[in-house]
Order: sequence, then structure tokens, then C-alpha cells
Amino acid sequence: MSILEWMPFSVLLPLLAAPVCALLPGRVLPWLLAMISVTASAVIMAFVLPEAVQAPMRYFFGDWPPPIGIEYRVDAVNGFIGLLIALMGTVILPWGRVSVNREVPQRQGLFYALFLLSFAGLMGITLTGDAFNVFVFLEISSLSTYVLVAQGRSRAAPLSAFRYLVMGTLGATFYLIGIGLIYIMTGTLNMVDLAERLPAVADSGAVQAAFGFIIVGIGLKLALFPLHRWLPGAYANAPSAVTVFLASTATKVAIYVLLRLVFTVFGLEFVRQMPFAEVFFVLGVIGILFASLWAVEQDNAKRLLAYSSVAQVGYMALAISFVSVAGISAGLVHMFNHALMKAALFMCVCTVIYQVGSPSISAFNGLGRKMPLTMLAFVLAGLSLIGVPLTVGFISKWLLIEAAMDQGNWFAVVVVLIGSLLAVLYIGKIAEAAWLKPTPEGHETIREARPALLLPMWLLVAANFYFGIDTRLTADVARRGAEMLLGVSP
Amino acid sequence: MKTNGILRVVTRFLIPLIMLFALYIQFHGEYSPGGGFQAGVIFAAAWILFALVFGLDEALAVIPAKAQKVLASVGVMLYSFIGVLGVVLGGRFLDFNPLIPGSPQGAQQAGIILVELGVGITVAAVVMIVYTLFADRLRVVADLTREEID
Amino acid sequence: MDWLGHINYWVVIFLMMTGFYTVIARGNMVKIIIGLNIFQTSAFILFISAGKIIGASSPVLEKGVDLYSNPLPHVLILTAIVVGVATTAVGLALAVRVRENYGSIQDDRLTEEEEAEPGL
Repeated sequence: MSILEWMPFSVLLPLLAAPVCALLPGRVLPWLLAMISVTASAVIMAFVLPEAVQAPMRYFFGDWPPPIGIEYRVDAVNGFIGLLIALMGTVILPWGRVSVNREVPQRQGLFYALFLLSFAGLMGITLTGDAFNVFVFLEISSLSTYVLVAQGRSRAAPLSAFRYLVMGTLGATFYLIGIGLIYIMTGTLNMVDLAERLPAVADSGAVQAAFGFIIVGIGLKLALFPLHRWLPGAYANAPSAVTVFLASTATKVAIYVLLRLVFTVFGLEFVRQMPFAEVFFVLGVIGILFASLWAVEQDNAKRLLAYSSVAQVGYMALAISFVSVAGISAGLVHMFNHALMKAALFMCVCTVIYQVGSPSISAFNGLGRKMPLTMLAFVLAGLSLIGVPLTVGFISKWLLIEAAMDQGNWFAVVVVLIGSLLAVLYIGKIAEAAWLKPTPEGHETIREARPALLLPMWLLVAANFYFGIDTRLTADVARRGAEMLLGVSP
Repeated sequence: MKTNGILRVVTRFLIPLIMLFALYIQFHGEYSPGGGFQAGVIFAAAWILFALVFGLDEALAVIPAKAQKVLASVGVMLYSFIGVLGVVLGGRFLDFNPLIPGSPQGAQQAGIILVELGVGITVAAVVMIVYTLFADRLRVVADLTREEID
Repeated sequence: MDWLGHINYWVVIFLMMTGFYTVIARGNMVKIIIGLNIFQTSAFILFISAGKIIGASSPVLEKGVDLYSNPLPHVLILTAIVVGVATTAVGLALAVRVRENYGSIQDDRLTEEEEAEPGL
């Protein structure tokens, strides 16, 4: 079998493993099966990416050529994001095992089956070349995510999951209506076909309305600034492993869908006619400033990081709003980098919650002496979030500022700098509690976390520095992807 | 509702018909309107009607909760088995043509019937699980609180 | 403009707004789920009515018929309906759990309780 024939199995393996996983008893077997299929998926994507960067790989399901059949179409952009998701899954599963054992003690077969479905859904959204198929995978991953969020131990977990469900379903239905309108206008759902046929009807109100529906729908999934209300609750109340997985993958996939539909399907000409850049610029700026300020206010460490995620989505929206190769590659790089740093940060915070039992910032008091390795990892990943040189955060901020200066947009540069200063404040809030405040009474027995929790965490922290120094993979692939999305290179 | 004579007689008469109709929808799906989703829901409706009239315990004696869970997974596995079979025999995923070489029409028909059978089994089982979970919730909660008191 | 000829779109818009209002009016969790269902139904009707060709037969091969309605939207919407059913089931299950945790499914009361929660 060639690598092309293996490619769809990066989605199918976890999808096929899920029903088996649901039936497996005990705690070891379901985890093992999930681990094997997610790792296999990552290995396949690692082999796919080099080929997909050269030329798009196309796989026709049931050997029906599009537009009759559904195709998977992998190029530099979605190959890159697919690899990112699969790698994050591979790192998070071994870490999550310990916390899942405590937070979801029973029926772990079902838990891992849901995890696999959520993972397969995200991979499917990334790889597919069919606009309706995106909706189906979106709902596969969202539905399993709602249930996963509801498994959290806090009383508010089902309520947060319900709020997430309402917003997520509204978003998916908005997307569906948008797809319906462009299907009525063009008679096809294949993305490449749509791109060919849409320019002819670009002036019609239906296509413009479809564009609006699709942007709002994906904006809800993305937690773009005014549509972000579901995110903090969902991240704060979900089980630790789910929070880390969601924070590092779900919004990234939504950004990808946005880029793909806006630039590949609707095309640059159409986007220039619509007020896309202006809206994303304004929402990005407000998102960065307000979400960072809210993050500074929080007393719950998980919520603090969740608001920080909303702010990071703002950076990506800002990068996309430049509608230039430099801007979009900055967005793609930041997407990759943010996954690395936010996963590392959430892992540290969740490890503390595992050891101490409380998510509030006062629980971090004096932990620098009790759990030095975890808190050191937190500070290093936090430096990356702030954007200190030698870390990935620096690379993404650098590219973003460069893209802004290309257009002479000094305002955006100032906003990015203010956002970084606010990041210093909210990361500093936790770091200060950990290193400078005295250990409260009753915390004398707290110990450093076990290696199973520390190893994946430090692996991610190391990745934060590795990709901050060696930018060949991220910056180059992202640039190629951005050029392809904008139709600059063949 | 067990004691109501009319309900019992009518239900006994209706349930076989509903099941037969479900099977008709299931196995005529490749030529006329129908298919696994609809058939699965109709089949589950027969079971739910039985549960409503004769009680959940009687219905769970026919198809136990454990069996529902296994069936829900088995249907998906059948679907994916047929899909992967296409790859093993040298085609693409969900490619039915290699199933019966030389007869594309027969192969497509066989493939779609088997795949839809998988869909039907899963949908029927899942709808039954959803009903069972909601109907049984009070008892589950009562058991949980009793455990806590113990 | 042919008002009656666009009746399907008027139905879609009416259902969409009804459903959307029910969701954002934040009454009761079960009402929100019903609102979501109505909202989704509007999208289903948009697709299905687009597949109908006036004067065409149902898309089953027959002798002497050469104009068929488009079956693809029906297949797509079948999938979307299944998604909708699954969403409803998950939503209702969550409503049951919320009721067990908070003793209410009234949205304003839940918001109060949520804000009173320590550390959140």
C-alpha cells in the first residue's frame, strides 16, 4: 500500500477503534487501544506531510471521483494541522491517564471511545475536501466533546457542557445554512469545485449571506471574541485531560476551517469585496485586550488560562485580518505554537489541581518549593506565552508584528505589545503565588507530581524551546500553506 | 398500563407489524426510499412501545441493556468491516466493487445492503439505549444515593 | 418579486427566527432544546425544498420518466437529522444531570447559582 492509501486511516483508525474501545472492560485496555490508534494516526500524518507539501494528495472514498464521491484532500495547510492534532493527542493521552483514573473512575471504555471520536472528528474536519463532510465531522467531534466536558467532577460541569452544546449546535446549524445556500447556488459541495463555480455567482445576495452564515457559525466554534461565552466554563469544568486536549486542538481546527472556506472556497477576490478584514481586525483587537484583562481578573487558574485562550484566538484573527501571506503564515505558526504552549500550561495547572485538589490561585501559594519541576515548567511555558526570545511565542509574535508592519499598521503592533504585557500580568499572578508567597498550613504534605505527569509536560516545554530556535518546520510549512491558500504559488 | 386490556391486545397486534415494516424499509433501501436510519428507528419504536405498555423490566428481559450496548458497537463494526474489506481486496475505503469481481451491480447491491444493515443495527440499539437511560434514570439515582448512605 | 413562489424561504425564515428566539430567550433548558430543534429544522427545510423540482418525479428510476428531483439534499439532511436527534438526546441528558445537581432547569436561577459558586 502506498502512503496515499494509508492517508485516510489517520481518521479511520481512531473512528474504527472507538466502538471496540466502548466495549473493552477495565482501565488498561481502552487506554491502550486509544493510545495505539492515536499514535498510528500521528505516524501516518508524519509520512503524509512531506508528500502533501509537494503536491496535494487526493483520496476518493469508494473510488467515486468527486463531485459524486467524497474526497480527502491533503495539502501543506491541512497536512500540517493534521500532524499537529495527532501529535498533541499522542502526548496528551499518556499524561491524561493518571488524571482520568481519578476523575472518571468508572466506565473508562466509554470515556476513551468518546475521546477517540472527538479526535477522529477533528482529524476528519482537517483532512476532508467536502464542505458538508466538514459539518458531519464537526458534529461528531462536538457531540463527543460535550459529553466529555460533562464528565468533569464539579457540580457545574453538566451545565457548562449544556451551554457549550447550545452554542456549538447554533454554530453548526449556521454553518449548515451557509453551506445550503452555496449548494443551492452552485450545485456542488466539493471545495475545489465550489472554488471554480462560486466566482460566477459571487454578486448574488445568497452567496454573500452564505458567507456571513459560515463566518458566524465557525466564529462560534472558534470562540471568536463576542461568541466566546461558552469557552471559559467548558475549559474550567471539563476533566483535566479533556481541557488540555480541547485547548490545544479544537479552536485550531476551527481556525483551519475558517481559512479553508474563506480563502480556498470563496477566494481572495470575494473576500476583498466583503468587510471581512475590517471585522476580523476589530474583533481580534477587542478580543486580545478584553480577554487578557478578564484573564488578569480570574481567581481560578483554569479559567484564567481559558480567557487567555480567547485572547490568543484574537491574535490569530488579527493575523488573518491582514489577508497577506505574511499575516496568514503568522496565524498558522501561532496556531501551532499556541497549541504547544497552552497544552503545557494547562498540563501544569491540572497537575497542580491533581496534587493539591483546588483550581483557585491561592492553592498555588508556595508551590514553587513543594513542586519545583511543575512550577518551573509553568514559568517556562508562561514565558513562551508572553513571547520571550528563544521560545515559540517569540516567533509567532515576531511574525505577527512583521506582518502588521508590512501594512504600516502600527496600531496592531501596539495592541500585540499590550497583549503581551497583560500576559506578563496573568502568568505572573500564578508564578508570584507559587514562588514568592509562603506555603499555607496544611500544604506541608504536598509533593512533586509523579514522572508520568511530568514527562509529557516537560516534553511540551522542550518543544516550546526547540521550535522557538529551529523554525524550519513551522515557519516554512506555514509560509507554503499561506501562499497556497492565497493562490500566490501554484 | 399493563392492566388495560385494549392497550395490551392492540400492542400485541401492532408490534409484529411495526417490526415487519422496519425490515421492509431496511432491505428495500437500495432501490426504493428507505435505509438503515429509518429502519433502525422504526424497529426501536416497536421495542419502546412494548416497554411503554408492559414496563421497562419486561422489555429489558427481551433485549437486555448489555445487549443493546454490544449491538450498538457491532453495527458500527459491521460497517467498518465492509469498508475495510474494500481496501483489503485492493480498492478504496467503502469501495464495493472488489467485493464481487466482475459484477459491479451485484457488488454495489451487496455492499450497500451490508453497510445499511450495520447502520440499522446501531441506530436501533442506540435509540433503545437512549430510551432505557432516560426511563431508568430515577432508579439509577436511587441506587447511587443508597450506596452513598451505606 | 414572486412572494408565493418563495414560500419555502419564508417558512425557513419564520422557523429560523422562532427557533433562534426560543434559544436566546433563556427560559427553561428543555425549551432551549426545543428551540434548537426548530432552528435546525429550518436548515433542513432549506436543503430539502431546494432539491424539489416542480413537475419532476421522485428520484426512483422508472420507465418513461426523465425529470427527477434531486435526491442529494435528502441524503445530506438525513445525516443532519440524525445529528439533530443525537444533539437532543445529549442535551436532554445534560438537563437531567443539571436538574440533579441544582434542583432546577430554569436558566436565570442557574445563572445565579453559577455566579455564587466559590472559586469560579
